[in-house]
Amino acid sequence: MESNEMARAIVLGASALGAGTAMVAGIGPGIGEGFAVGKACESIGRQPESSGAVTRTMFIGCAVAESTGIYGLLVALLLMFANPFIGKL
Amino acid sequence: MQISDFFRGSPDGIDVHGPKVLLSFQVGSLTINLTETIVISWGIILAVTLLLLWLTSGMKTRNISKRQVVAEWIVQTVYDLVESSMGKRWRSFAPYIGALFTFSILGSLISMLGLRSVTADYNAPLAWALVTFVMIHATNIRTNGIGGYLKGYVDPVPVMLPINVLSELSTPVSMSLRHFGNIVSGMVITSLVYFALSVITKSVGVAFMTIGIPAVLSLYFDLFSGFMQAFVFIMLTMAYISNADGRPQEA
Repeated sequence: MESNEMARAIVLGASALGAGTAMVAGIGPGIGEGFAVGKACESIGRQPESSGAVTRTMFIGCAVAESTGIYGLLVALLLMFANPFIGKL
Repeated sequence: MQISDFFRGSPDGIDVHGPKVLLSFQVGSLTINLTETIVISWGIILAVTLLLLWLTSGMKTRNISKRQVVAEWIVQTVYDLVESSMGKRWRSFAPYIGALFTFSILGSLISMLGLRSVTADYNAPLAWALVTFVMIHATNIRTNGIGGYLKGYVDPVPVMLPINVLSELSTPVSMSLRHFGNIVSGMVITSLVYFALSVITKSVGVAFMTIGIPAVLSLYFDLFSGFMQAFVFIMLTMAYISNADGRPQEA
């Protein structure tokens, strides 16, 4: 019984660490989207008349670049709210 | 309050759960669950249908009423968007795009009424993404024929076949997960902040932090994120469908 409690605590703690580590995936989209938006601002400054098309394309690109961050987030959410490891004890 | 409550969600702590199952019945060996999501979707469909019936009732060619102007503006906006991003050939897709956008944005914004977002259930974005997936491939087959469609999989060299199949299969997965992840992350972050605010309120005794902060969060996570994801979803749908036939896009 004692060791089961211990195992549970270890799994919970490791899951918390894993959830936090999964969110390191947020770095990539952050850098990438910042870069994309900076370039979009530059091109709008150069050609203000094409701001509509540039903005639309930028949002699409940002959304696609965000995918990896979203996958990291889903892993974190799974570890926090639908932990698959607790049931294996 | 223990640390482990934080992960399981205690009665007075954070509460992140899937949609509630309201009714569940058996058809053969298949269990059909009537969830919150389905009921709220029906509500949205009913509301939109009634609104559109009201907007389009008694249409005239001259001396038009205010609501006819609104109806015409909606239709014109959707058709203009489809034409500007897909080209004139694809005008016939406008009703689908408009319906998808309306359903998606209302499904996300329904959380402003205190109901559960339809899009925070993975089934909803997955269903839309699968419809789009079928449309992409149907368009491809219709324009290139079965032979041309199958040839697209071995396009540069036959070695690319598994990679091409994987990239086709990942389209609906990435589209639906993006929409779902954005909405659900907003939901989780909002409930985490509510939980933290309630803890602060409990320890201080005065609810000074709960004024204003939830409104700002809701503005970003419900309004902006819901609109953005609906927009991105239809833009990606249009891009994929209009690229499916392999012909260069006309301006």
